[in-house]
Amino acid sequence: MSDSEQKELEGIPVLTTTVDKLVQWSRRSAIWPVAFGLACCAIEMMAMGGGRYDIARFGAEVFRGSPRQSDLMIVAGRVSRKMAPALRRVYDQMPEPKWVISMGACASIGGVFDNYAIVQGVDQIVPVDVFVPGCPPRPESLIYGIVQLQRKIAQQRAFA
Amino acid sequence: MAAADIAAALERALPGVTLESWDASDQPVIVVPAAALVDAARVLRDTPELNFSFLAEMTAADYWPKDPRFEVVYHLANIGVKDFPRPGTAGTGQRLRLKVRVSGAVAELPTVRGIWPNADWYEREVFDLFGVVFAGHPDLRRILMPEDWEGYPARKDYPVQVKVPVEFGSPTQVTEDEFVRNLEAHRVHAKGAAPGTKARPGA
Repeated sequence: MSDSEQKELEGIPVLTTTVDKLVQWSRRSAIWPVAFGLACCAIEMMAMGGGRYDIARFGAEVFRGSPRQSDLMIVAGRVSRKMAPALRRVYDQMPEPKWVISMGACASIGGVFDNYAIVQGVDQIVPVDVFVPGCPPRPESLIYGIVQLQRKIAQQRAFA
Repeated sequence: MAAADIAAALERALPGVTLESWDASDQPVIVVPAAALVDAARVLRDTPELNFSFLAEMTAADYWPKDPRFEVVYHLANIGVKDFPRPGTAGTGQRLRLKVRVSGAVAELPTVRGIWPNADWYEREVFDLFGVVFAGHPDLRRILMPEDWEGYPARKDYPVQVKVPVEFGSPTQVTEDEFVRNLEAHRVHAKGAAPGTKARPGA
């Protein structure tokens, strides 16, 4: 932009960006999680949604009851083998683009439940974007996970 | 009432049945033979001075490799309300632990669902986790594990870790017909096990 052009635009509220950046900005600023609490991690997830930790600051406070209105699945807790098809079905019902956070030790690697009944890592069922460690992770950890996810989304291309 | 008194009342009502009984630290215990289970259950429930009208809990224990290997445990309660559930009952509460020993070779017991209707799901749970079949149960299917699971996880000779791939691709849409057929396929009748209930090799 030349100096004269810049002078012309002075004082006019204009912002230049790329469509990619604009789309990804809007996506990462309103990540709506699907309500998918499986165990004690869900309690911390709910605390994150409450006023004390207030995930609304990052635009992700709208927990949806329907996967069709959601962008993010927070797998909060241990996944039993019997739950695996249901979890996959909820994931399949979410519209693209969609992301998954594996919350806590159990969802990530089975945690203390190294037995026949529990899936040893939810990445065997759905692709995971962010793993949040902890047993259970504190709400701050999960917020950090969501912020990491936002950074990841910012680096992705909306139109490949 | 001490275990010996309950056992004596039972033996009076059921001639020819010998019982083992003792007073555990928390409640009296009686061991009945499997053949006399249903009769004993009916007597315990219907005799006014016993009045064990409530099956509080039911479970099993595996003492493998001992034989008989299983002990199915019924926790009974007389809830101590006068004239309840039928007139003539005393108002004193009482608990009882009823045990039945079951062999591993023929893990089968008669159902007590006709005595205490809430035994329905308890028996399904014991069947699901221990593989004890309850003859006469109207709907004996797995209740906790997936319907097509093989083996009985609470048995002592069952591995803790099962390294098989996770199945998550079952059909997303099931018609009513398919649902009913599925249900039928996984139901077990005491004589001749249906598909989906085959024991793990070596179990």
